[in-house]
Amino acid sequence: MAWFLARRAMALAITLLAASLVVFCVLEVLPGDPALLILGTGAREDTLAALRASMGLDRPAWERYLDWVGGLMTGHLANSLTYDVPVLALLAPRLAVSGPLALMALTLAVALAVPLGVLAAARRGRATDTAVMGLSQLGVAVPNFWLGLLLVLVFAVGLRWLPAGGFPGWEAGAGPALAALALPTVALALPQAAILARVTRSAVLEVLGEDYMRTARAKGLSHAEALWRHGLRNALIPVVTIMGLQFSFLLAGTIIIETVFTLPGVGRLIVQAIGQRDLVVVRDLVVLLAATVGVVNFLVDLSYAVLDPRLRQGGAGGRDA
Amino acid sequence: MREPPERRDRRRGLGPAGWFGAAVALAVLATAALSLVWTPHDPSVMAVAEKLRGPSATHPLGTDHFGRDTLSQLMAGARVSIAVSLIAVGLGAGLGVPLGLLAAARRGWVDEAVMRFNDLAFAFPVLLTAVLITALLGPGAVNAILAIALFNIPVFARVTRGAALGIWTRPFIQAARLAGRGRVRISLDHVLPNIGGTLIVQGTIQVALAILAEAGLSYLGLGSQPPDISWGRMLNESQTFLFLAPRLALLPGLAIVVTVLGLNLLGDALRDRLDPRLGRPREDA
Amino acid sequence: MSPTASRPTARNLGSALVALVVAAACTVTATLADPRPARAAPPDSIVLGMVLEPPHLDPTAGAAGAIDEVVYANVFEGLTRIAHDGTVLPGLAQRWDVSDDGLVYTFHLRRDVLFHDGTAFTADDAVFSLQRAIDTDSVNAQKGLFAAIDSAVALDGYTLIVALSHPQALLPFNLGWGDAVMVAPESADTNRTAPVGTGPFRFVRWVQGDRVELDAFPDYWGEAPALKAATVRFIPDPAAAVAGLMAGDVDAFPNMPAPESLPALEADPRFTVSVGTTEGETILAMNHRRPPLDDIRVRRAIAHAIDRRALIDGAMFGYGTPIGSHFAPHHPAAVDLTSLSAHDPERAKALLAEAGIAPGSLTLTLHLPPPSYARRGGEIIAAQLAEVGITAKVIPVEWAQWLDQVFRGHDYDLSIVSHTEPLDIDIYERGDDYYFGYENPDFEAVMADLRVTTDTAARAALYGRAQRLLAEDAVNGFLFQLPKTGVWDARLRGLWTNSPIQANDLTGVSWTE
Repeated sequence: MAWFLARRAMALAITLLAASLVVFCVLEVLPGDPALLILGTGAREDTLAALRASMGLDRPAWERYLDWVGGLMTGHLANSLTYDVPVLALLAPRLAVSGPLALMALTLAVALAVPLGVLAAARRGRATDTAVMGLSQLGVAVPNFWLGLLLVLVFAVGLRWLPAGGFPGWEAGAGPALAALALPTVALALPQAAILARVTRSAVLEVLGEDYMRTARAKGLSHAEALWRHGLRNALIPVVTIMGLQFSFLLAGTIIIETVFTLPGVGRLIVQAIGQRDLVVVRDLVVLLAATVGVVNFLVDLSYAVLDPRLRQGGAGGRDA
Repeated sequence: MREPPERRDRRRGLGPAGWFGAAVALAVLATAALSLVWTPHDPSVMAVAEKLRGPSATHPLGTDHFGRDTLSQLMAGARVSIAVSLIAVGLGAGLGVPLGLLAAARRGWVDEAVMRFNDLAFAFPVLLTAVLITALLGPGAVNAILAIALFNIPVFARVTRGAALGIWTRPFIQAARLAGRGRVRISLDHVLPNIGGTLIVQGTIQVALAILAEAGLSYLGLGSQPPDISWGRMLNESQTFLFLAPRLALLPGLAIVVTVLGLNLLGDALRDRLDPRLGRPREDA
Repeated sequence: MSPTASRPTARNLGSALVALVVAAACTVTATLADPRPARAAPPDSIVLGMVLEPPHLDPTAGAAGAIDEVVYANVFEGLTRIAHDGTVLPGLAQRWDVSDDGLVYTFHLRRDVLFHDGTAFTADDAVFSLQRAIDTDSVNAQKGLFAAIDSAVALDGYTLIVALSHPQALLPFNLGWGDAVMVAPESADTNRTAPVGTGPFRFVRWVQGDRVELDAFPDYWGEAPALKAATVRFIPDPAAAVAGLMAGDVDAFPNMPAPESLPALEADPRFTVSVGTTEGETILAMNHRRPPLDDIRVRRAIAHAIDRRALIDGAMFGYGTPIGSHFAPHHPAAVDLTSLSAHDPERAKALLAEAGIAPGSLTLTLHLPPPSYARRGGEIIAAQLAEVGITAKVIPVEWAQWLDQVFRGHDYDLSIVSHTEPLDIDIYERGDDYYFGYENPDFEAVMADLRVTTDTAARAALYGRAQRLLAEDAVNGFLFQLPKTGVWDARLRGLWTNSPIQANDLTGVSWTE
């Protein structure tokens, strides 16, 4: 187990280092001068040069790369080129929007999908099953940003129940803040829920056919008890796998949903920073995102061990089968 | 493993949902092909005086903000959406499948390198890759293809590797090994044909995902650009008319939903028929 | 398992799960039903919508119009100020005298002005502000405004002497720009994130990506504004802008991003729709370095190929005034020259033939920056050029790429852009340095005359001549003046209808009822 953990951590570190190199090189060759973008068409060359020097852009690339990576390791991040505040200060309020949004969407998706998936499996072939599966097929096919547009049309403009976009900030109170996140959460969650419901159903169906389920039933457990005690835990493995894989989709989804609902989140910050050639913000955020995805995949691997007793005993077990 | 009985039944045909999916996929392909030679109106000809008209005899689905015929645009849009998705998935499979085969055949450090590359590629969400590529090369359908293809490489590499590893444990492969066949030959002659079903199923799903991705990118203004028409592009252009002509936002969205739905139904039916094992969790997937 | 045994248990399990789902749904509904806060009940605050978020809030260190749209006249003030009608009014300088040779300006400053941090505004602050703008390491985006200034000294606490190297009739106007506002030495370096000015509103906070909050400054020297607080929200998406207005989240959008939504809003009695003027001349820029665009016949052909009416109808939904040269039509010195480049496809084809260009043989790139006037306008112009046998290859670019490739790199054939600075006809004298690369000694002579002429009538004549030269040379395709299309709550009064500079001056804004 320890060996497995160490190897995974090593791999993650290598991935992150490669990601940092990739993103730095891409940003180096990106056309566009941040100084020109800030000062505009009326600026003189001497003014531009002065600004570039104050941004440290006149130093050689390798020096800036080493500075950056060194800063990342020691926790010293540079200031945003456009906003001139530390990247972390810029990021914190954005995370306070994107984080809850992604978590709420994931929670809602699981809360809808797992019960519905189990229900559909338990009622396999009946009307309930057909209805749940039909809805989930539809859910998978709906682009989340389009769903967002529809929700705005109905609930913000039509019924006027909820704001059409924007975020009042948590300091405005949990009520208004949650109200602002309600429609984006639903728009993000429903397509996710559709995928998870399908995975849950097929996983439960597989489990229902396993020998140990019959053993459990033979020991006198009711169908529901057997499913609950033995089935669900095993059925959760593929569900967790898919959740892990979907996480990067969820991150991407936040980018586009934040645009639809004009939420000041991490996704829009990245898109905006690329547009403004705020190289400092872009490179830090990209590495942060890559790290997040890496850590989540790592956690998914760990959760196998927790969920599957066979894997727990056999260490890294199935990974290299 | 005991199979649920209904699945065994379905393996004989596609089933009604599968046939529906196949019909939708075919219809979309046919429409896209038809739009090459015929559309009710030229989809790119503007008639500003005719802008934002509701449905009528001449324009069954109305006109957009430049007075272009919406039905013709939907037909032509199918072409770009499908082309972008197919090419992107094809590129992704073309690079990902060999990588996966190689990783499964060689194991060891090659396998490790391929998997690390996968982690790296997976670490960048497709939208982020697209935004960076767009900033680098400017927006356009080609860059949308690149971004979606990049995202598809690791998907195919993983699926191929996983399925191929399963085949490598089979007795007939051992036999081929003993007969002195090389790893590359075995991969091509024995492994690839045996995982073809899995790949086709994955391909169908990936095309559906690619259509969604293309729509998302074009909606953000990063994908197809005028004068190209795609469903995502139509959504992008329609968003400011959401209140004036919601029809313009609803129709391309519906086209996307129906197409993706059809492809997914087809993919599921194919999976039931070709690859009953795909539903099973694979630890290395 | 027997069917009879399994069904009830399955049903139990099922109903338990249904209950779970219902519970989940209730949570969601509870969140959904949470009432949206009604718009600030006492009508002494305003929520203003803007499309672009400023990169920072220091108008003396950036070109983004969005900076001025938040802080100009609200947070920061200059020695002079530009009023809603474009006239120059006294600002922090009560009055000024000009020496007979036009080389020395004496500004008499107000004595009762405090910065928001409580320090007094004196002539020393004025000297500091001007010096900071003209210094070698200045990062002022419009350093050219101050080019004539030789020195600035404080005669006493409230008298400022500005000496010029050559007469500059426009100096009081230039000092009214956002780039020339007065700042304090103590806060100059932090103005980017926490601006400290002398205006009627002070900065409260900036939630990056969402909004800037301002509140009334109790110690303001002038008349206290009717509003006690203002929030500026950044809503980049036009659909979200309309939705925000409709849902009551935003009180006013002084520059509505989507002209197509105006008719519907106009019909709604809740809103006032105002269509005014800006200083934005929208042009089809042509790169004179690239043959055959160095041939005046080709440029004229392109000009004649453009149908401005169809362009304005299609790209701007009818809002916008055609222009025939690089000059705002509402300016008193403007001359209508649109007839020189009237829509005439036959003439265009003839001119192309004369220049030796066969129909269909000319392909030009058309770089389009992000605003919808450019992207939509570009699609229409490409279609119009196709009618005379010119293929325009549309290349959409972000601003960063536009600045790099088109503006600085001169790597383009055609581009559509709006020049929003007031009275910026002088960009045509920058010759090969400037992106369209127009060189004409006659034009440069007119500009030189203008710099030293102070008489209004004589200036108007010179401006007229300059406009005519540009139109006759068909330097660029002159398309239309960008309108200022504002939408706001019908109960609001006092928002600017025209936009002589980019600003949302809130000093005179109030609610009725």
